[in-house]
Amino acid sequence: MEACPSVKNILLLDSEGKRVAIKYYSDDWPTNSAKEAFEKSVFTKTQKTNARTEAEIAMFENSIVVYKFVQDLHFFVTGGEDENELILATVLQGFFDAVGLLLRGNVDKREALENLDLILLCLDEIVDGGIVLETDANVIAGKVATHSVDSGAPLSEQTISQALATAREHLARSLLS
Amino acid sequence: MAQFVKKDDDLDGEEYSPFLGIEKGAVLQEARVFNDPQLDPRRCSQVITKLLYLLNQGESFTKFEATDVFFAVTKLFQSRDLGLRRMVYLIIKELSPSSDEVIIVTSSLMKDMNSKTDMYRANAIRVLCHIVDGTLLTQIERYLKQAIVDKNPVVASAALVSGFHLLQTNPEIVRRWSNEVQEAVQSRAALVQFHALALLHQVRQNDRLAINKLVTSLTKGTVRSPLAQCLLIRYTSQVIRESGVNQAGDRPFYDYLEGCLRHKAEMVIFEAARAITELSGVTNRELTPAITVLQLFLTSSKPVLRFAAVRTLNKVAMTHPLAVTNCNIDMESLISDQNRSIATLAITTLLKTGNESSVDRLMKQITNFMSDIADEFKIVVVEAIRSLCLKFPLKYKSLMNFLSNILREEGGFEYKKAIVDSIVIFIREIPDAKESGLLHLCEFIEDCEFTYLSTQILHFLGNEGPKTSDPSKYIRYIYNRVILENATVRASAVSTLAKFGAMVDALKPRIFILLRRCLYDSDDEVRDRATLYLNTLGGDGSVVETDKDVKEFLFGSLDVPLVNLETSLKNYEPSEEAFNINTVPKEVKSHQYVENNRNISNINTCLGAPLAAPTSTADSYEKLLSSIPEFSSFGKLFKSSTPVELTEAETEYAVNAVKHIFDEHVVFQYNCTNTIPEQLLENVSVIVDASEAEEFSEVAIKPIHSLPYDSPGQTFVAFEKPAGVTSFGRFSNTLKFLVKEVDTSSGEAEDDGVEDEYQLEDLEVVAADYIVKVGVSNFRNAWESMDPDCERIDEYGLGPRETLAEAVAVVNNLLGMQPCEGTEVVPKNARSHTCLLSGIYIGNYKVLVRVSFGFDGPKEVAMKLAVRSDDIAVSEAIHEIVASG
Repeated sequence: MEACPSVKNILLLDSEGKRVAIKYYSDDWPTNSAKEAFEKSVFTKTQKTNARTEAEIAMFENSIVVYKFVQDLHFFVTGGEDENELILATVLQGFFDAVGLLLRGNVDKREALENLDLILLCLDEIVDGGIVLETDANVIAGKVATHSVDSGAPLSEQTISQALATAREHLARSLLS
Repeated sequence: MAQFVKKDDDLDGEEYSPFLGIEKGAVLQEARVFNDPQLDPRRCSQVITKLLYLLNQGESFTKFEATDVFFAVTKLFQSRDLGLRRMVYLIIKELSPSSDEVIIVTSSLMKDMNSKTDMYRANAIRVLCHIVDGTLLTQIERYLKQAIVDKNPVVASAALVSGFHLLQTNPEIVRRWSNEVQEAVQSRAALVQFHALALLHQVRQNDRLAINKLVTSLTKGTVRSPLAQCLLIRYTSQVIRESGVNQAGDRPFYDYLEGCLRHKAEMVIFEAARAITELSGVTNRELTPAITVLQLFLTSSKPVLRFAAVRTLNKVAMTHPLAVTNCNIDMESLISDQNRSIATLAITTLLKTGNESSVDRLMKQITNFMSDIADEFKIVVVEAIRSLCLKFPLKYKSLMNFLSNILREEGGFEYKKAIVDSIVIFIREIPDAKESGLLHLCEFIEDCEFTYLSTQILHFLGNEGPKTSDPSKYIRYIYNRVILENATVRASAVSTLAKFGAMVDALKPRIFILLRRCLYDSDDEVRDRATLYLNTLGGDGSVVETDKDVKEFLFGSLDVPLVNLETSLKNYEPSEEAFNINTVPKEVKSHQYVENNRNISNINTCLGAPLAAPTSTADSYEKLLSSIPEFSSFGKLFKSSTPVELTEAETEYAVNAVKHIFDEHVVFQYNCTNTIPEQLLENVSVIVDASEAEEFSEVAIKPIHSLPYDSPGQTFVAFEKPAGVTSFGRFSNTLKFLVKEVDTSSGEAEDDGVEDEYQLEDLEVVAADYIVKVGVSNFRNAWESMDPDCERIDEYGLGPRETLAEAVAVVNNLLGMQPCEGTEVVPKNARSHTCLLSGIYIGNYKVLVRVSFGFDGPKEVAMKLAVRSDDIAVSEAIHEIVASG
């Protein structure tokens, strides 16, 4: 077993299995074609499952993948086969909720691509070189959003505290439902 | 990204992406805005996003393009825009510039590292550590140490995580940060503690005492984040693994693990439960609380939790099936779980824990389940059924029926092979199952699309079929193959027919008729085989008793690994001298059957040919030795041992030794590595004191001329010994060399050196060095084919042993022979066990050993050793080894 919990990759794919944003942290897939092959097999194998209310889980050769879908977006987090499944699920949930906060509840492919900078920063704040940096969605989104404040991105129409408040409200609603 | 946004109405129903039609060339052009004197932060951010998008989609930049973009990006440090700076950090990491480029950004990044904005500091640290090399790192080390103990948790975490990565490349620098890291472990910020703990453990991982102290203090103190708690559980189980059970029979730290089962975070509960189930030699009392929490998880609404629990219970069921039976009811409801991984794990767990009476009910449930799962899951189920059947041989009928039913259904090659392998094992292990099993296989080959499986089954049928009560009923199936199949299958059907002919005299005339028909086959291999067999069996009319040589020819297994034979044939050059099969090396590199991930069963599937493993190391040793003139006259290399470590890990000089055994000589190969960058070793040799090895006399030494830092070299010492005798002895070794100081910055060594010596561990030549591991495919056949007069049987007491597995390991190590048919694995709690061993003794004598172990009184293990070999003297020699060992 790895001494330190580690994440092999985080994937955000669309409803056809195409990349929205991805980040690999391990050398298991050295080339782009190896990565694409992995994404394809993960996508096809999980496509038909219902991972909309609760995160689902599947095993691949030497990896465990936890995943969750919303609208036309498929979120995946991959770890080693001996990894604690619940740690991976926590990372997934952190990513999923942070994206929800940053996109202010409108989580779909289009919104994600329009705010791709936020998604990429979000990935950067969750895991660094395979090591979990942060799993609390509010903290992650907070760190990412702070930077947009000066840049005049769409978020500036709202103050940051307002944005977070709306998002938190949305999160609370989704937890209660 | 305002400019990307179009009107919603335009795109009803059509795919919309802000990156539609994006092109690398155009974006690289756009990147020129980075050079504008008046920077537009928003526009620059957008361009960076586009670049990152391209990289993310798998586009790659040429070296030139990347350098160009990188230099342009460095200009953006002028802007004070926070968002843009974040994007700059991100793209620098993605571009991973080369070391000569890094220098451009270091000053900017170092400025950010000391900025007042925490966000800048944290990110600058991460970027800088991502791209620095060793020399630069020493310059910024001071700042990193400060950052580790920074009061801002984001900054501290950034420095700690960076330290974790740097440990791979610059361990000596990161090790100097211990004090700061130690301080960070006490941090009040939850994640800082987690990162500090991970780094501290990584730095000290080879220092058992330090880890022990760390665990002792933290398990009593406060650990704030669940992630850190999980880490601590892992370190604790490491300490438990290394310290074992104490005198009172208590396990240190077990209470801590048990306490974690009541933690509020599920990930901690699960980590602790899993750690408990994985303790070596865990008792039922220790297991119970862990099983209880896992059972609760089984009924959770979260699939991840159910999966984690059932996967762990599945593993426990392999070693402690009884402990898991309490969960059976919950497990049964999981068979219909939406998630097929969970369902499969539940089924296989049930198969392992079920008792004899529940088998039929389970099989019924599985039959419904099989139709809607993928092949890979089906294989898991088949393997579980295989082990179940071996556990309850009386139930073979229903299990065999199940297998033959699924064999008829659709499925891929791997799946079919798993089923066929299982049936073959049933036939081998359960005598009653033989006839029905063979018939199932016959029916299968009537309609089998896989050539490989058909030939394997035909081969197996040829060995087993003639021994059944009515061999004639199989002939129809076999001859059908000759009529209907492709050349490969036809050829093996011909061989199978010949085997029936050889074994069953009553069938001979009819077989001859069939074989003669094959003489007109369209394929030459089929015709050749038919001719060959007709001649060897005396098919020219006279019905004669088949003699022993013919049987040996038909049924004997090839006693050399196929891979070795293949290499030898490739190297053979046509000449006057015929190819001699005896020159083929027989050593099988101890091949561990790759335990498949699911670990379902330890039974090796032995359908036909002996499993051969690559023998590249043996080959390369032989090449290496024959290239040294001093040793080229020693003849054929008999055996090379696995490397024996002669130094502790992490000492100044790492040395291990390989023993090469020749008929009249022994050569020790010392592999030396110099682990000190400041030293160059010259004239390195090993001084061997053979005073405790009387029959050996030293004949040659081959020193290493020069041994620079971190590039391994080999020195050799050769000894002469009496031919054909197994001489033993202990050798003490001293490494002798000339040390020269090296200036690490220039890499040049000083001219003058100092003579020095370094004491190494002793090396022994033992009995096992004279026996080569060579497996046989079918032990019983091989055993019966050897002369019973050359058998020697004796009994030995092995003294008190904890388990039979320990006793088996002792004998295996002593003899160094190849365990056959998976018999080196002792079932848990077995009271008796038989281990089958095979090998070649020096002088090229084949040796087979059958050892039966049993308990003789409490904890006393006794064994009965039966040895057969080509020569009675060899059988006696083996007994002598055991008696003196």
